[in-house]
Amino acid sequence: MKVLVNTKVNGTPVQEAVTPRSSLADFLRDDLGLTGTHLGCEMGACGACLVLLDGAPVHACLVLAVQAEGGTVETVEGLTETGAVADLQENFHDRNALQCGYCTSGMLMSAQALLARNAAPSRDEIRDALSGNYCRCTGYEAIVDAIAATGRARAAATESAQAASANTEAAE
Amino acid sequence: MTLHIGQPQRRENARRHLAGRGRFVSDLALPRMLHAVFVRSPMAKGRILDIDTEAASLCPGVLRIFTAADLNPRCQPWVGTLDHFAGMQSPPMNILAEDEVLWAGHPVAMILAHSRAEAEDAADQVLVDIEDAEPVTGGAPVLLPGAPRANEAADSNLCYETLLETPDVDRAFAEAAHVVEAAFTFGRHTAVTLEPRAVVADYDPASGALTVHHGTQTPYQFQDVYARHFGLPEGKVRVIAPDVGGSFGMKLHVYNEEMGAVAASLILGRPVRYVADRLESFVSDIHARDHDVHGRMAVAADGTILAMEVDDLTRIGAVSAYPRTSAAEGNQVIRLMGAPYRMPDYRGKLSVAFQNKVQTSQYRAVGHPIACAVTEALVERAAEATGCDPFEIRARNLIADDAYPHVSATGYQFEKLSHQACLARLREMMDPDALRVEQAALRTRGIYRGFGIASFVEITNPGATFYGIGGARISAQDGAVVRMLPSGDIHCAISVTEQGQGTETIIAQVVADQLGVAPERVSVTTGDTATTPSGGANWACRGAGIGGETALRAGRQLRDRILTLAGALVQADPATLRLAGGAVVDAASGAPRIALEEIGRIATYRPDTLPHGVDHSLTVAHHFAPVGYPFDFTNGIQGSLVEVDTETGLVKLLKHWVVEDCGRIINPLLVDEQIRGGVVQGLGPAFFEECQYDVDGQLTNGSLADYLVPMAVEMPDIEIAHIETPTQDTILGAKGVGEAGTAAAGAAAMNAVNDALRPFGACLTQTPMTPLRILDALDAALKERTAP
Repeated sequence: MKVLVNTKVNGTPVQEAVTPRSSLADFLRDDLGLTGTHLGCEMGACGACLVLLDGAPVHACLVLAVQAEGGTVETVEGLTETGAVADLQENFHDRNALQCGYCTSGMLMSAQALLARNAAPSRDEIRDALSGNYCRCTGYEAIVDAIAATGRARAAATESAQAASANTEAAE
Repeated sequence: MTLHIGQPQRRENARRHLAGRGRFVSDLALPRMLHAVFVRSPMAKGRILDIDTEAASLCPGVLRIFTAADLNPRCQPWVGTLDHFAGMQSPPMNILAEDEVLWAGHPVAMILAHSRAEAEDAADQVLVDIEDAEPVTGGAPVLLPGAPRANEAADSNLCYETLLETPDVDRAFAEAAHVVEAAFTFGRHTAVTLEPRAVVADYDPASGALTVHHGTQTPYQFQDVYARHFGLPEGKVRVIAPDVGGSFGMKLHVYNEEMGAVAASLILGRPVRYVADRLESFVSDIHARDHDVHGRMAVAADGTILAMEVDDLTRIGAVSAYPRTSAAEGNQVIRLMGAPYRMPDYRGKLSVAFQNKVQTSQYRAVGHPIACAVTEALVERAAEATGCDPFEIRARNLIADDAYPHVSATGYQFEKLSHQACLARLREMMDPDALRVEQAALRTRGIYRGFGIASFVEITNPGATFYGIGGARISAQDGAVVRMLPSGDIHCAISVTEQGQGTETIIAQVVADQLGVAPERVSVTTGDTATTPSGGANWACRGAGIGGETALRAGRQLRDRILTLAGALVQADPATLRLAGGAVVDAASGAPRIALEEIGRIATYRPDTLPHGVDHSLTVAHHFAPVGYPFDFTNGIQGSLVEVDTETGLVKLLKHWVVEDCGRIINPLLVDEQIRGGVVQGLGPAFFEECQYDVDGQLTNGSLADYLVPMAVEMPDIEIAHIETPTQDTILGAKGVGEAGTAAAGAAAMNAVNDALRPFGACLTQTPMTPLRILDALDAALKERTAP
């Protein structure tokens, strides 16, 4: 027996019939072909399947597809298309903060969520924020470097935008 | 010309992964594809009395259920022995357990269904009646005469044993001023690649062709395995390894499940997909290590190391892995002991024992971490016994940088290493004198920090003496086809493979420099037996050293072809021309003569305009096998700084240092990240990772919630420096680097923990060094101090 799920995935309304037990990860990967979301443990420990559900990172392996009813889901494919993580991706690339690439989507989700709540995290704070993201290849340091560099650049951009707006206000 | 070799070129293929566009086997869905799930033995040892599949066969979506009687006859059994391991035994293995089950997790039935969920539902309905027997799970007593056998098809639990010794080893011990010794235990751990093992086998009965999409590092090896074990012509077997989500040696072994997927596809004539779930990975991926080592070291009064004697008992599974065996690890353990040191005498004994657990076999840095940890822990004890500090005793004993070539006490031939330079560089980086001052100050406040160092050698660029000599069909050579496209762009198809370490990037850099183009103009194809030449692919750190040299030589042959053709076109002696900036230029002045795209245009579309007899073939194939030394050894040294909480036993890893010499560095960005990743893969088993079994042979922590892998928050920053000693065996001069980090990280960390605990007289000799084991060591030391 299948049930209909209405949700918005990467900005596009989606209506699909799914089995009630289907995980959001299986729904994204198998039904929608969004294979950028990966499965590493299927028990919420490794972080490879992290996606944004209504803006917050969730383990797509632990959330049922039906729980996305009426919600909005963003995957690495969507965040790439909108350019929301373009700076993170560039810094990951510069720093070679990925090897096999299997953890990368989840790392980007955790990094994006961290930088949204803490614009300029310390290295310890970054390492702490990645405590649910397993990477076997890199040893993590390059990932920490890439996130720190992105945080610094975003903070500087915000600061200069604020300064510009303060100047404008002062001029007025 | 080395414009691009040596540059920190970014990985082009990383862009796909960053955009979520990786193409992994686990992403693949083919028309008519079936999903395979295995029913596994819940017991570690026993006899199968009955398998009832009737209820399961009625489950929705189920197409077929196989047991051994249906499936195994399709596959020739495999035997994991090598001829050069004299006296080695291992019983044959086939896909599904036929009579005996040999470990908890041994596949006994295979279900094919329209979805994985349906296959899993049906698996629950299969009734397997097993008369259980007492499993063999213990240590040394398994080798005593009359001990119960792990595998009734073997004549004892001894898979393999060997002894290495120099004639004067007993005299060295007899005459030594000091003999230090210790017993060590190194736990089992496993690879935990983030993408589990994955295979989609696709047999087309119409053409007789088998295509296997396989997440492996060695596609050609599997092409050969599938052809031979399933009786197919090799030319009808194609193995494609697309993006692979981590491998680390774990994905080059033959596994029951992959063979099962192929057999099922051959029988059913449709694609069969098997992707291990994480729980299955823990009970079917190879495990690693599992050694008990007793080690002794003979030392002169001045701290000169005279000899070592080690006895390594390593426990594997109930059969040896195929085709590389489960004995290669132990073999490397006893041959790498004492390798960085001048030490003239040695005795090493190895016993490899069967038991009813998951097979152990090659995993990143095969044998190295064990040999390094034992050697370096004994060096620390020798330093203590002779009043040397850790740097001083190593300076006294490391093979001198000007004393090459050198043959180790275990028979390894070293072309040229740089231990002394590495030691000096590490000393500058760590500043041990400052660390000692800080350590003393902190101890007065009840804070216990320690540092430890560990020298190492790493085996890279292995030749045919590694496996080929033992009869294994494992290639020591690699092949490349390099061609110039009509546009003047370059394509290289090569047998070394990519799992994220950057193989394709370094091959592009190497080829680019031979042909005077930017690496961006070189596209590289890997991982498909139908489109790339046969070769060994990636294992034992051979991608850069052997694959890179293959690409270099192929590139130079194409260069010569292009210059010959260009000579005919511009009417110049090819010897006066060279390639640079995407063009043929005058060798002396650098003045452009003709662009590559113009040569490509003429050779492809207007060969009629060429002078008669001019060869316009712009494709070359070249194969290269290592010559000269049997291996190109690398060397280095690592340092670790830790803080031990003596109340909780928790260890904070504060800092890690590596000085490494991998010869010519092709890409420093990628080399450093190989080292960092390797270090963390060495620190994991030193502190966290352990496959814990109970006496019944049940893995009790086989999930990612229970098995502790190193995470970002626990890992230190890792500072890296390099010494470059290129090998003279090749033009390129590159050696391997992938295993260096793993080789010595745990050894340095163990020395660091023991340095921190020195005021208590406590000493760890078992990994992982868990909080409980640290507290036990503190407790034991306390009891010893307060004993009457």
